[in-house]
Amino acid sequence: MEDEVVLLDFWPSSFAMRVKIALGEKGIKYKCKQEDLFNKSPLLLEMNPIHKKIPVLIHNGKPISESLIILQYIDQVWNHKSPLLPSDPYQRSQALFWADYIDKKIYGIGRRVWMGKEDQEEAKEELMQCLKTLDRELGNKLYFGGQNIGVVDVALVPFTTWFYSYETCGNFSIEAGCPKLVAWAKRCKENYQSVSEALPHPLQIYEYVMELKKRLGLV
Amino acid sequence: MAVVELFGTWFSPYAYRVIWALKLKGISYEYIEEDIRNKSPLLLQYNPIHKKVPVLVHDGKPICKSTVILQYIDEIWPQNPLLPADPYDRAVALFWIKFADDKVYLMSKLYQADGEEQRAAVKEWLEMLEVMEEHALIGGKKFFGGDEINMVDIAFSFVAHWLGVLEDVVGLEIFEPHKFPRVSSWIQNFKSIPLIKENLPDADKMSAFSKHGREMMLASKSN
Repeated sequence: MEDEVVLLDFWPSSFAMRVKIALGEKGIKYKCKQEDLFNKSPLLLEMNPIHKKIPVLIHNGKPISESLIILQYIDQVWNHKSPLLPSDPYQRSQALFWADYIDKKIYGIGRRVWMGKEDQEEAKEELMQCLKTLDRELGNKLYFGGQNIGVVDVALVPFTTWFYSYETCGNFSIEAGCPKLVAWAKRCKENYQSVSEALPHPLQIYEYVMELKKRLGLV
Repeated sequence: MAVVELFGTWFSPYAYRVIWALKLKGISYEYIEEDIRNKSPLLLQYNPIHKKVPVLVHDGKPICKSTVILQYIDEIWPQNPLLPADPYDRAVALFWIKFADDKVYLMSKLYQADGEEQRAAVKEWLEMLEVMEEHALIGGKKFFGGDEINMVDIAFSFVAHWLGVLEDVVGLEIFEPHKFPRVSSWIQNFKSIPLIKENLPDADKMSAFSKHGREMMLASKSN
């Protein structure tokens, strides 16, 4: 029996991009449904009644929410190739620690940067501190996952399409502070089709951010 | 046998999660009490990113963040499993663990608030309790884990014990048992488990400690 896999998506969402990369890595066929976050579909409200957020993965009718949980689910069910998590429990705990760090920091701080309100300078400092921490953690490795991408790479790389927007709205350079990270992002896109296919062009994200800022009355 | 060390504080709900998990699995460990106002060099070395407790050190290797520690413990010592084996059930459990974990901040939010902020914090608490009542505890289960507690029960433990202390400290009744019958039953069942009952920080001690801290904090706020 064929598996039915549906992804409730919103194309600029870094969290949804994570799931697309994972599905791509595993070679899973799926249907992608775009959501309008200002007009959420009955399906989304039914599949994620608690948070009403995307991404939601629906596997044979059963919903899974929260992108990092979706990644772990995908890794467990489709374990025939491209493991996202290390097999060693200690390495796995370190990967989950860093994935959680990325989850708690980048989106919220990045938002304060592109929104450009009174706390923008503070947010820029915080963002650079986080990215420098991640830059140090990457060190001289090819990927956070070692020789191949893993859950930390998948958790972080989607935010790199937002770097241009952060930099332009905040008038600063991320590459200057985190050269290794920027090189790593390029490497992920060049070597992994799942990444290059899941990430929109940075200018598309910037266009979206400017439209959103207009909508929110920030420009 | 590899040495297991746990860095914690006597009142931390996060530290207790790890204590219960280790005890449920029958793992011996050495407990090190940290003073959060004067953190030890060892803690700062083991958790340089967050500088917080709990930290589990297994065979000299540190693991930080209670939910990450719990998953590690469950994998290394598979007896008395704390997560379902089925991938879908496991994903649902992880969802509720994250939900609970993302709400623990409501403890300090209410603790620090007065006036309008306090009303807002109480509203958030009630919304969370409603979600627990209407969505998380359906099916007439004794525990989130079914007939036995699992990681989800452990994650929600701050509601079972620490909320009562907080209510005493701020002088408000937030949790009315008749309004949340499922949650109320769960709290009674959870606190009746001998391993939990025998391993809880003293409520009166926490209350006195927190009341004093809160008086000082609110006084400095109004100055």
